[in-house]
Amino acid sequence: MARPRHLSEPRPLQLLLILVALAYMGLMLFLPLGAVLVQALQDGWTAWLDAVREPDALAAIRLTLLVAGISVPLNMIFGVAAAWAISKYDFRGKTLLVTLIELPFSVSPVVSGLVFVLLFGAQGWFGEWLAARNIEIIFAVPGLVLATVFVTFPFVARQLIPLMTLQGREEEEAALSLGASGWQTFWRVTLPNIRFGLLYGVLLCNARAMGEFGAVSVVSGHIRGETNTMPLHVEVLYNEYNFVAAFAVASLLAGLALVTLVLKSFLEWRHGDELAAARH
Amino acid sequence: MLMARNSRSVLPGFGLSFGITLFWLSAIVLVPLSAVFAKSVTGGWDEFVAAALSDRALAAYRLSFGAALLAAAINCVFGLIVAWVLVRYDFPGKRLFGAAVDLPFALPTAVAGIALTALYADTGLLGAPLAAWGLPVAYQPAGVVMALTFIGLPFVVRTLEPVLAEVSQEAEEAAMTLGATRLQTMARVIFPTLVPALATGFALAFARGAGEYGSVIFIAGNMPFRSEIAPLLIVTQLEEYDFAGAASIAVVMLLVSLAMLLVLNLLQHWQRRRLG
Repeated sequence: MARPRHLSEPRPLQLLLILVALAYMGLMLFLPLGAVLVQALQDGWTAWLDAVREPDALAAIRLTLLVAGISVPLNMIFGVAAAWAISKYDFRGKTLLVTLIELPFSVSPVVSGLVFVLLFGAQGWFGEWLAARNIEIIFAVPGLVLATVFVTFPFVARQLIPLMTLQGREEEEAALSLGASGWQTFWRVTLPNIRFGLLYGVLLCNARAMGEFGAVSVVSGHIRGETNTMPLHVEVLYNEYNFVAAFAVASLLAGLALVTLVLKSFLEWRHGDELAAARH
Repeated sequence: MLMARNSRSVLPGFGLSFGITLFWLSAIVLVPLSAVFAKSVTGGWDEFVAAALSDRALAAYRLSFGAALLAAAINCVFGLIVAWVLVRYDFPGKRLFGAAVDLPFALPTAVAGIALTALYADTGLLGAPLAAWGLPVAYQPAGVVMALTFIGLPFVVRTLEPVLAEVSQEAEEAAMTLGATRLQTMARVIFPTLVPALATGFALAFARGAGEYGSVIFIAGNMPFRSEIAPLLIVTQLEEYDFAGAASIAVVMLLVSLAMLLVLNLLQHWQRRRLG
């Protein structure tokens, strides 16, 4: 990384730039993270423990795990299927398809929740039909799952499409010509080739699924102990001026973010070659 | 159009994988998004325009888009410095700082929102001195810019890093041997190659910031006409059961998103041409 001396800036300028960069990152990144931990523990460990063990908090944790546990595998299957179709075959409209897959990243989270209210809410297209059959989607778990699937839709696919495109189809063709079936080829050849890219995509998908706020906020209805995920529970506590409890639950989410970053850095460090394809 | 045109691919599973992709894309993304467009015009064109371009909505767009532009610009300056330092210099803790750039991606937006509010409130660590200088941040439009600056940093840094790493050493050598000073080399040789990536990072940060909700609502104050962002106005109208109104504003936001996608695709072409 270090470049020849004559191709770098004078040492004082380097130091100045490093200081500016570190100060900016300290101010913008580390200080807010520190604020969460300090606020969460300002009344001591027992207050923290009480806040995260309280029934509504536990219900929120369970709901967050449930919603992510459904949404992430769904998007994982979709991501692998989409990457297989896009990378292993040639067809027209491929660029458009990739753009549409990445579309949810450009949509405001609030709009991502709104679309499902307009479809399945009491006033929505299917509202009456669902009400007549006693099926609850909005203000219930299915709505939370739909909104979460929408916002995390592109994560796995966008990681795998460049990787599998780069790998081509020669290995799969070799396996087939040696008599393997399609599924055998997928499980024994393709999957081992993409496992770290897949893991990476799933990791990012999961972090967003568990932390999503705007989209689930619109479809949740904020029913305490029932339809509040962890981020929504944080909001409810915060708006009740119960700051210690709000930051205590928030610190769990911050912990999730840190674990995600550590695993992500580890994957980039150990399997950087495989992940590099997606970074261009 | 949807048939695999290239018969050279002997791999099975095109029908299955393409079918899953198209079904899932339609069910989760395309059909729901079209519902917004359909709902926005249920009351007719005039009602759509009245809701989408009401004074309150216009003020909300101005804040959302204006703050997103400003935050993206701030991040272009500091993001360039951060990316430059991370790619080109060695210093202790570099790996830690490199990994920390992604914190805004990983940290749930609601957590970022309450953390920034705690820091920048009048009683907060940074808010107290700022307020004493007459620069209150929290519950002001400045708070929106602050939150969006937090959210936008990784977009600029992560877009610049690979390009900075690839600037050819030969070009820099050539500039040096032709008598350019280091600053001239930076400004005339290196910087121009970064412009497409910088523009891409700017556009990504802007697009994300314009629609951002969770990190903003805690710090913004949420006063109509003053510190109310467009996504919050959608939520407010939804809570008042004004579905068509909410959908109308959502359509405006979506159109801007689509325009940004187009801009980003064009920028990508530009960048690829630049890099040859």
